[in-house]
Amino acid sequence: MPNTGKSTLFNRLTGHHAHIGNWPGLTVDLMQADLQLSGRSLQLVDLPGIYDLRGHSDDEAVVRRFLERSPVDLVLVVLNASQLDRQLRLALQVQQLGLPAVVALNMADEAARFGVSINASALGEALGQPVLPLSAKYRQGLETLQHTLVAQLDAGDGRVAVVPEALEERLAAADADLDGAMAELVERCVTLPSRWRDSRSRRLDAVLLHPVLGLPLFFLAMALMFQGIYAIGVPVQEALGGLLDQFGQLVLQPLLAPLPGLLQGFLLEGLYQGLGTVMAFLPVIGLFFLAMGVVEDSGYLSRAAYLMDAFMERLGLDGRSFVLSLMGFGCNVPAILGTRVMRDRGLRLLSMLVIPFSLCSARLNVFLFMAAVFFPPRIGGLVIFGLYLMSFAAAMLTALVFRGRFPSNEPLVLELPPYRLPTPGQMLSRAWSEVKHFWIWSRRFIILGVVAVWLLNNLPVGVEPASSASLAGQLGSFAQPVLAPIGINPKLAVALLFGFIAKEIVLGGLAVIYGQADPAALGRAMASDVTWPQAVSFMLFTLLYTPCLSTVAVIRSESKRLGFTLLSVAWSLLLAWLVSLVAFQAITRLS
Amino acid sequence: MQLIRNRQLQMQAVSRLVDLPTGATARVSSLSADAGLRQRLEALGLRPGQAVQVLRRGWWSGPLHVRVGMTELMLRRRDAARVSLAA
Repeated sequence: MPNTGKSTLFNRLTGHHAHIGNWPGLTVDLMQADLQLSGRSLQLVDLPGIYDLRGHSDDEAVVRRFLERSPVDLVLVVLNASQLDRQLRLALQVQQLGLPAVVALNMADEAARFGVSINASALGEALGQPVLPLSAKYRQGLETLQHTLVAQLDAGDGRVAVVPEALEERLAAADADLDGAMAELVERCVTLPSRWRDSRSRRLDAVLLHPVLGLPLFFLAMALMFQGIYAIGVPVQEALGGLLDQFGQLVLQPLLAPLPGLLQGFLLEGLYQGLGTVMAFLPVIGLFFLAMGVVEDSGYLSRAAYLMDAFMERLGLDGRSFVLSLMGFGCNVPAILGTRVMRDRGLRLLSMLVIPFSLCSARLNVFLFMAAVFFPPRIGGLVIFGLYLMSFAAAMLTALVFRGRFPSNEPLVLELPPYRLPTPGQMLSRAWSEVKHFWIWSRRFIILGVVAVWLLNNLPVGVEPASSASLAGQLGSFAQPVLAPIGINPKLAVALLFGFIAKEIVLGGLAVIYGQADPAALGRAMASDVTWPQAVSFMLFTLLYTPCLSTVAVIRSESKRLGFTLLSVAWSLLLAWLVSLVAFQAITRLS
Repeated sequence: MQLIRNRQLQMQAVSRLVDLPTGATARVSSLSADAGLRQRLEALGLRPGQAVQVLRRGWWSGPLHVRVGMTELMLRRRDAARVSLAA
């Protein structure tokens, strides 16, 4: 079931050693892990969370196809203990298919708090499956679960795992009796509180979902969150940048001295500077993912969908598009993958068109750096805030322009989970894995990109690096008729060209173009070459044009339409150019 | 066709979830939704016979926040109009 803490349980059981598995006939990636339990080695696969084995959603079809093709020894059904009144359906369906199963009633701590009491042994007897209350978050009942899993597997030894035959027919045949069976079972084994339960969520919702105060409070919370990330992250990032530069000068430079000049320059000024500049920003990105994780796991993110739905509906989108756009502030790629929850094609395409305008962490890198170089600290914060506003404005404008072309009529029914206090350990481990993922993902691009920038700057052989005679200089000058009106000089043009591959490369590229690794020295070099209106234009262009090749690739694979992908790229380039033109011309003329 | 129209007329006499005043509770009598939406509503607990309470309504004709059983959910007014309530 969705929203039952299935992933948390999966991580607790596997200890973060999961990898993406390859399963025949499935179009999505499933996480799986090999683990040892009491000397047994087994393979655990994390299937998508579903409500109903007969459901129509993509996730539900994936689970059906998986069960039809892959024989399993044991199914672990994860339910939310407080919501058995509707969730027992899934356990009953698994029972009907005759699959050996263990039922985990997760969030048992919450159920106890809400006054739900469950007779697990009676329930287990009725289902013919062991039923275990537990709390994955607080590590309660996990050992019992492991013992039970092993015991059930031992009991099944000698039996050959088979796939259920005629899965859909059997489910359909039993469906009519399912409601009655479920109601009877709940009546017998679950005691629900006579009066409603969760006073904490009730009180918080009264304020946070208030018809007048709800939205201002939400935006205030978001503004404070970004302000906090900026206030803590930037000093850390500057310190780290300085350290990395010292390391390069004092340790790497003497080490590399025996190498030929060209190779030495490539390793130190190309690769090390590029990687180092980006690495310095990892703390800010980590903080961002930490904050987003707290917002999501606390239950506030789904409230955001509630608060914004009325507004988003008028843009031709819905509350989920808003939530996905917020997720896009971390990285656009998973946000676009997230549009899979939408069934209506128009809604999905329009969301995909809007999400790339979310100011992702890779772009934030560039902006934090440029804002610090070209503006005093207090104004720098405002500049960043302004860019976030611009990001929203571009997304809204895009929705308004294209909603006629991608009309939709999809119902919206979402669960609002109770507010939960995320545990620090869980949040930290999650932020850590996101940062690791970002680093591994961006490193590939950074190395390729930085190598390319360095080559463009230093070829043909013998040319003065990054001068107008180099390949980069020639390319930059070639594009000047289009880029001069928006204040982009040839050097910035090369940086933008590489930003098309990935925004992670922009800073590394600038470091290579200006031949400065230390962020402070790079800042001084840029400030003497570029005026602040040019910097503003550069930031706006970077914000609005195609986020990165990965985003383009994922739009292409998810929309399955080349024309739509081209539209997305062309529209963002056009918008970026127009906005930069207006901003640059207005500022230069007024000042 | 006539039959369907009669039925629709009858259903309008019965109140719908979207018309239920904030704070009030009523019992679901039927769902007049297509298969996809119906299944989703039922999976989240909104099935005939269940008691449902409207907790609040969103601003600017925004979604309803309702509770059914032990689950709280939001749904758009358009979709809430498809849930009929027993008088």
